[in-house]
Amino acid sequence: MQKLADLLIQKIPALQSIPADFVYLAVQVVFALVMLMAFVAPFAGIISWVERRVAARMMDRVGPNRVGPQGFFQWIADGIKSILKEDIIPTAADPILFRLAPYLVFAGMFAAFVTVPFSSGLIIADLNVGIFYLIAVTSIVVVGILMSGWASNNKYSLLGGMRSAAQIVSYEIPSGLAILVVVFLTGSLSIQDIIKGQGAYPWQWYLFDNPFMPVAFLSLFIASLAEGNRTPFDIPEAESELVSGYSTEYSGMRFVFFYFEEWANIYLIAAVGTALFLGGWQIPPEVKTWASAFGGGVGLVLPHALEFATFFLKAAVIVFVVIWIRWTLPRIRVDQLMSLCWKYLTPFGFAASLGVAIWMVLFPQGVTAVRYALCAGAALTLLYFFYRVAYQVWYSRQPVHVNPFV
Amino acid sequence: MELNTEEMLLNMGPQHPSTHGVIRFVVKTDGEVMNAAVPDIGYLHRSIEKIAEKATYNGFMPWTDRVDYLAAMNCNVAYAMAVEKLAGIEISRRAEYLRVIAMELNRIISHLLAVGSLGMDVGAYTPFVHALREREKANDLIEELCGQRLTYNYARIGGVIYDMTPNWDKKVLAFLDQFEPLVNEFDRLLTDAKILRKRLGGIGVVTAEDAINYNLVGPNLRGSGIMFDLRKDMPYSVYPELDFEIPVGTGEAGALGDCFDRYNVRMKEMRESVKILRQCFERIPAGEHQVKVPKKIRPPAGDTYVRTESTRGDLGVYLVSDGSDKACRVKFRCGSFNAMSIVEKISRGMMVADLIAFIASLDIVAPEIDR
Repeated sequence: MQKLADLLIQKIPALQSIPADFVYLAVQVVFALVMLMAFVAPFAGIISWVERRVAARMMDRVGPNRVGPQGFFQWIADGIKSILKEDIIPTAADPILFRLAPYLVFAGMFAAFVTVPFSSGLIIADLNVGIFYLIAVTSIVVVGILMSGWASNNKYSLLGGMRSAAQIVSYEIPSGLAILVVVFLTGSLSIQDIIKGQGAYPWQWYLFDNPFMPVAFLSLFIASLAEGNRTPFDIPEAESELVSGYSTEYSGMRFVFFYFEEWANIYLIAAVGTALFLGGWQIPPEVKTWASAFGGGVGLVLPHALEFATFFLKAAVIVFVVIWIRWTLPRIRVDQLMSLCWKYLTPFGFAASLGVAIWMVLFPQGVTAVRYALCAGAALTLLYFFYRVAYQVWYSRQPVHVNPFV
Repeated sequence: MELNTEEMLLNMGPQHPSTHGVIRFVVKTDGEVMNAAVPDIGYLHRSIEKIAEKATYNGFMPWTDRVDYLAAMNCNVAYAMAVEKLAGIEISRRAEYLRVIAMELNRIISHLLAVGSLGMDVGAYTPFVHALREREKANDLIEELCGQRLTYNYARIGGVIYDMTPNWDKKVLAFLDQFEPLVNEFDRLLTDAKILRKRLGGIGVVTAEDAINYNLVGPNLRGSGIMFDLRKDMPYSVYPELDFEIPVGTGEAGALGDCFDRYNVRMKEMRESVKILRQCFERIPAGEHQVKVPKKIRPPAGDTYVRTESTRGDLGVYLVSDGSDKACRVKFRCGSFNAMSIVEKISRGMMVADLIAFIASLDIVAPEIDR
């Protein structure tokens, strides 16, 4: 960012007369707004379409396919419809808090995107407390949810808000512990530093750094699912019990803010997992030199585009897994959720951080053989998993096609 | 430190996503834990039993569909059997087989919805849609048989209204061939899912004693480990000639008589129904599907009681005739009504989420409660 601002100051003489800090600030704010408008908002919308299509495929349905090719513009149609809808505020609701809650939820989620990197250069603010800031600012969401649950003056909303508060506050701990493990290895809280500490190839990722890292990754993944209210942890909005939980009384655009938050959150889960454990935007150095060798603007843009694509692809895989899990598993109960957090994830998180600390003392440089072994183990597990999925798909598809009624 | 908490009165229903129709529960909760859930019935009362006194015997047949719309075939047949018993009408063997085939197909349809919606109530949406997909195929078959997909109105006093269409049996067998592996898939998706077992196992335990005291019937009774099925114990129609098992609860996921047992009994019953259907198609004799009965049926004065095993258990029809062409009194004895009565006792100390699973596992159909 600073480089871009410096370049602007050099090129535009009018900017040289005002203090450089103001220019930096202005560039950051503009870039943040552009990114929110141009990336996060459409992405959240597109995820809603992807999720509906994927879910439909899993259920043997068709899903939205009317608006645009393959129903791609469904999310725009839904957005327009929601804006045009009447904004209903129940008479018994607390009008100020009821209005405020969706914005708090929205702001908490989107403020987190400030520290999420897209490539080695594309990041709004590479804060030195980056990951810490991310945990802190996403917690604002719980205030908004609790507020909406309370202000709706509806018993279902209240129950949903309470459940959500308990859930998010509890799951901060295992996710914090899992992030701590990565901070051990890097020695820095900045997300860019964390990514720079890894390499492009899987055996250079933090996920395979030592035997304790997969544990940390899994506990982070489960905890983020819970923080994002995704199935099997979607108890705050459990449809069959609480109608719609904290968003029961909301309609129109305010309702969409809640769902916007949820879908943006899926990307955030994926981005944090990718940055911390899966090598982030790292591409092989040879590729980077090759891409930078192009003359003119291409040499400047191409490496970043490749890094962006790498990061995005990795994140997209996790996004798909999150959707997949949602439409496969039943929901767990609220007490089981708590016992999973406190009896399993938190102890595992502590064990992983202790294990990593000991490992770092014993092998300060890491063990290459262990990295390769872990990587191969993961590859084999994935292969076996895909074999099983393919088998199941084949097994369940076969008779359906034989059936004359389909 | 003493925490002073206040009891909250939560009004669940009559319109609520998980009450499967119009049922209301007055739930007294203390946070997530309930002190009691009192069912409140009567929102769907349509005076069907009174209508029976105003309609002729044949004219009442379509109303029996509405008693339990998920098992309309069973209600049809139960009523027809009661009238035939009172009027002394013998129906043909082919009609008996056609009735059994239709009833067992109906059992599959009903159980698919029961286990699917149970999955949805504990948060798994996909199995529900898969169950509905299979149900649609079975519905198509029934539609070909009698022209209806939900309220079949298929049985007639003296037989059934239509014989099966040519090659219908082959279509049903083809459906069964592809349906059986899909039950296995369903098992992998739902029955063997760890989360489902944790959610249902040991929850809403109905002991054998309670089940008998509260007069539970059908899969709810068998889920408590009691092997009682009218198709075996008080055989009617052609059931004695058929070979099938009665699945009972085993308590494999927790305690005997928990929600999982009731769910699993239904899963197993679908397989048994497939077995019964296969045998029926092997044995079905040629002949008339309906015997000649007078246009206006006037059974001799008297009363009779017929018990049949519907999908929701013991479906009894008590019929009083005064010798005219209209019934003097008809009384349906339905499984869902009894299942509702036990909710208040079992739900004490449950969590709100468990109540939903418990109601779903009882497979309550709202119109059957009120008639």
